[in-house]
Amino acid sequence: MSIQFNDETFRDDYSFYNSERAIKRFPFPFHEDSYMYSVNMEQHRGGPADSVYEKRFDVDEHYVAEMRDRAMVLADDPLRCQSLPHMTLAGWDLLELIMVSKSEDYPDLFELHRDGNNWRWINKPLGIDDSFVFLDETTLPYGPMEYITRQAQGDFCVLDQRDDNLWMDAGMVTTQADWSLDFDIGMNFFEWHAPVPLAHEKGIFVRALKFLLNIQQGAPARRLNWTMTVNPLLDTSPENYHKWGIQKTTLTPENIGAKQHLRVELQTFFRLPRSNALVFPIRCYLCSFQDIMTVPKWGRRLHRVVRDLPVELATYKGFIDNRPMMLDYLKNFDDGLETSAGIWPDLDTEPPLQT
Amino acid sequence: MSGAEKIAVTVTDIVPLNDLVTRFEFKSTDGSLLPTFSGGAHTVVEMQDGDITRLNPYSLMSDPMDQTAYTISVRRDDEGRGGSLFMHSKVSVGDQMVISYPVNLFSLDLRAKKHLFIAGGIGITPFLAQIKQLERFNGHWELHYACRSESLGSYVDELTSHHPNETHVYYDDQDQVIDLANLLDGQPLGTHIYVCGPKGMIEWVRGTAAGEGWPREAVHYEEFLAPQPGKPFEVKLAVSNKVIEVGEQESLLEAMEREGVDAPYLCRGGACGQCETNVIDYAGNFIHRDHWLDDAEHANGQKIMPCVSRFEGKVLVLDR
Repeated sequence: MSIQFNDETFRDDYSFYNSERAIKRFPFPFHEDSYMYSVNMEQHRGGPADSVYEKRFDVDEHYVAEMRDRAMVLADDPLRCQSLPHMTLAGWDLLELIMVSKSEDYPDLFELHRDGNNWRWINKPLGIDDSFVFLDETTLPYGPMEYITRQAQGDFCVLDQRDDNLWMDAGMVTTQADWSLDFDIGMNFFEWHAPVPLAHEKGIFVRALKFLLNIQQGAPARRLNWTMTVNPLLDTSPENYHKWGIQKTTLTPENIGAKQHLRVELQTFFRLPRSNALVFPIRCYLCSFQDIMTVPKWGRRLHRVVRDLPVELATYKGFIDNRPMMLDYLKNFDDGLETSAGIWPDLDTEPPLQT
Repeated sequence: MSGAEKIAVTVTDIVPLNDLVTRFEFKSTDGSLLPTFSGGAHTVVEMQDGDITRLNPYSLMSDPMDQTAYTISVRRDDEGRGGSLFMHSKVSVGDQMVISYPVNLFSLDLRAKKHLFIAGGIGITPFLAQIKQLERFNGHWELHYACRSESLGSYVDELTSHHPNETHVYYDDQDQVIDLANLLDGQPLGTHIYVCGPKGMIEWVRGTAAGEGWPREAVHYEEFLAPQPGKPFEVKLAVSNKVIEVGEQESLLEAMEREGVDAPYLCRGGACGQCETNVIDYAGNFIHRDHWLDDAEHANGQKIMPCVSRFEGKVLVLDR
């Protein structure tokens, strides 16, 4: 299927929008009417046609605009992309994984031609046609990780595995939910997760690390995570908190449906074969409350989840102050009917909103 | 399904190296390229030996960049339960087999300024792949390789001819011994040690390095244990609601698999931790043989690694 790429922005005038198709395939993160942390991992081996799970690296209508936004973030702050010296081989692993996956999964958009180590990469949406020598950094305009992640949606953490732990030793992080690669670089799994409330006490991170250390070649995994963002901002970084944090105070009952976005991360995990490192792509999807409300099941459920979320989590996710206003809006879309299990919209089977 | 992903392969070459060791080459049966891997990775080879399915891990020794074929070297163990004997006596060129995707529990620490490899006997195999990986990136390495005798020195000729300055070989029957304390003392800062060989050698290297003040993180080792035969015993599996008998020649893990219980595993050699199983009740003695659980866990009777460990006693109930 050919994709029509949106001409849109994630800053200033915020012209970002989701088409009807994009709303239907939005990865709504709540499989039931409440939410608590869990090690909610599953195998990442495709999914329903046109869902965000279908391909190894989902490409959607926001691709070109997101790559334009990433280039602007990097121009302002080059430290959003870092790779410690021992991670170069993992960078080549990632380049190979993305190029092979995209050229196989989207042959109309991407082509990879390989003759031994002489490779030619064609990226039609971004107008790129580069020939280079695989494993020879001097033949690319950037290091291998930076080169390929300037052409791939979502953030990428490349984790070294040693001493029974994972280490944040490389990454491209420009669309993050309020964490900083420059701060976390070189930290291990427990160190970079230290700020998360409640999950440590539940032993979530010990179990999650054990799972991740055992992810093997050919068997990638995935999970969803979520938070809330006012305005369709990709770059909600601590470095720029002074710019976006204050926007949380601009919500009004009139604009909340358009301005308040549910921010969902599709997190995937792949073992990288040549380096034995682990790559952790974090793909961000944004959807405004008013667009989510076009799916009756999601409207009912989002109200119940936001209403019943523990205070610690609403605080950590940064919307405790706006929660009353959110609930005033969301309650209009909750008629008290039961909801079907699972995350899918179920538009054909779930009843419309009863008024 | 437990274990790593599987690959259908055909045996394309068998080369006896000496009295004990034979090399096997595998290519993908459907002609596709094999996955690349990192030096130090192993594959689990499935062997259909009559009614018995044997699953043995072997280090990949071929060039990690070469996707056309994998090679392993198998040392014949006449005292073992038969996996290596099966490979030596029953596998022929052209046979179709199933192997697992590469799994690496012994990878290089790519931060190292220098990689110091210490090998004993068949423990040379993971280093052969690591050396090929490092050579491609101009890595700095040195190998100290102890063999029983010249006639049993697998790959000595290849190593000394290609890497005369990096390779140091020691023959037991000529009373040549690695001067370990001196060797460790002379290493530049940023050196990492890797040891693969018999249990005694691994303990010797780890103990000496610890005594010389080397950080634990800079000393890497790999030892695959083969399950040892033992007295038969009975196990109750609480989740599966089955009572099974573990035979003299099979491991607890193999007995569960024979009974159709999908138990997790990766290395099958007591190293990776994947098959760790909770004990619900027991009356008797555990024979722990893994090096995954620590001494306290071996003593408290709450966990067992069914790939290599056994039990003697009246009652054993597992959470599986």
